[in-house]
Amino acid sequence: MHNSLLELLVPALVPLGLTLKVALSATLGAFVSGVGAGFALSRPGLSGRGLPGRELLDALCTLPLVLPPTVIGYYLLVLFGRRGLLGQWLLETFGLSLIFTWQGAALAASVVAFPLVCKAARTAFEGVDTNLEHAARSLGAGEISVFLRVSLPLAWRGVLAGTMLALARAMGEFGATLMIAGSLPGRTQTLSLAVYEAVQAGRDTDAAFLVALTSLVCVALLLASGRLFTSRTPT
Amino acid sequence: MALRLDIKKTLRCGSRTFDLDAAFVAEGRSIVLFGPSGSGKTLTLRALAGLITPDAGRIELDGRALFDSAIGVDMPARKRGVGLVFQDYALFPHLSVAQNVGFGLGHGLPGLLGRLDAAGRARVAELLDLAGLTGLAEARTDRLSGGQRQRVALLRALARRPQALLLDEPFSALDPLLRLRMRREVRATCHELGTPTVLITHDPEDVAAFGGTVVLYDEGRVRRAVTFADGPEGGALARALVLAERFSAYG
Repeated sequence: MHNSLLELLVPALVPLGLTLKVALSATLGAFVSGVGAGFALSRPGLSGRGLPGRELLDALCTLPLVLPPTVIGYYLLVLFGRRGLLGQWLLETFGLSLIFTWQGAALAASVVAFPLVCKAARTAFEGVDTNLEHAARSLGAGEISVFLRVSLPLAWRGVLAGTMLALARAMGEFGATLMIAGSLPGRTQTLSLAVYEAVQAGRDTDAAFLVALTSLVCVALLLASGRLFTSRTPT
Repeated sequence: MALRLDIKKTLRCGSRTFDLDAAFVAEGRSIVLFGPSGSGKTLTLRALAGLITPDAGRIELDGRALFDSAIGVDMPARKRGVGLVFQDYALFPHLSVAQNVGFGLGHGLPGLLGRLDAAGRARVAELLDLAGLTGLAEARTDRLSGGQRQRVALLRALARRPQALLLDEPFSALDPLLRLRMRREVRATCHELGTPTVLITHDPEDVAAFGGTVVLYDEGRVRRAVTFADGPEGGALARALVLAERFSAYG
């Protein structure tokens, strides 16, 4: 009994580690780009009516949420494939290729998770009283300082909520990852891909164990993030 | 303080438009912009602070051009050297009283980390002591009473030793008794620190307390600018003027 559990656990550690690595990198990418985009979209702009085409940009930023992951994967292949616009440049300049690598999987997951951060951040930044930002300016703060000392700290709860959703989304990413990174055991096979493959191959015990493990990890993550939230609630 | 201002600004909100076309010249320790709400006083103050950009015109404070559309000058708010007290105080809710007061004293990395140098800390301590807020230095601003909030907003704006202090209806949110006291206190503090004030109000009693040059606003235009003596000495006459003007406006 003891031995057989270990036999199941040890090979599952590889996709688990990979899943965490991919999801955390993807969340970081989605956080940085999502906060930037959400902040830009929240600004009223010089005309007072926002950036030109702001709503179109907003729709574009939401697109990954609506499109089937396979479509996103296809777009990424077109962009980052060996003959793709960016892919060719990356290959020629740095000798890098994202196809069939864990970095490729992280890119796919971060594109899919990006709208969740972007949307939440935009709403949170729009909720910050503009007078507070004005007050900071009149006290000598430059725009970067206003962002880091006033806007971001006040929008933090919303941004954090969006980031947690992004992490959850990145953990479960399947379609786009499969398109761009494939399902190479030990290299790009995350938990969700491993479950699929185990079921397809009829390895029922493996599949059941992976499913249980995935569920456990997700519950643990949810509990941890819930704790993070309640401890931040002002009393 | 010598202020020369001549600006135009059109605001559109749906189908309604508001035209500000204000010009006046004022000198002295106190300028009061008086008029009913919606007459363009706040817009003028925001243009002076650099928070909105006028469509055209020129703003000159003590010989410095803050804004001049003819030669393309539009100094950013952070460089104008004017302090601003907002109507709702706009205190930073995520910072303590001391951090609010010291906000403008340290920029760059130290400010980001909430650290001030020795001179900055001394300045904060001095100001908190002046207003009797030393005991509340570490308190969050949402725990403060109305009068205390106003004191913090005032100290925050004064900490950088601004060339002028702009006050946007600072007493309207206070109850009558407190209003009386804060009016006296704000004036005394500014006087003590030698900071000239530009005050926005629609309350004749504010005019009586501050005196100086009174600029009468009406529907986006400056009707008159009359200079009295500073403080309560000229204030009584100034109040008589604004009361008479107000009655003639409605009569």
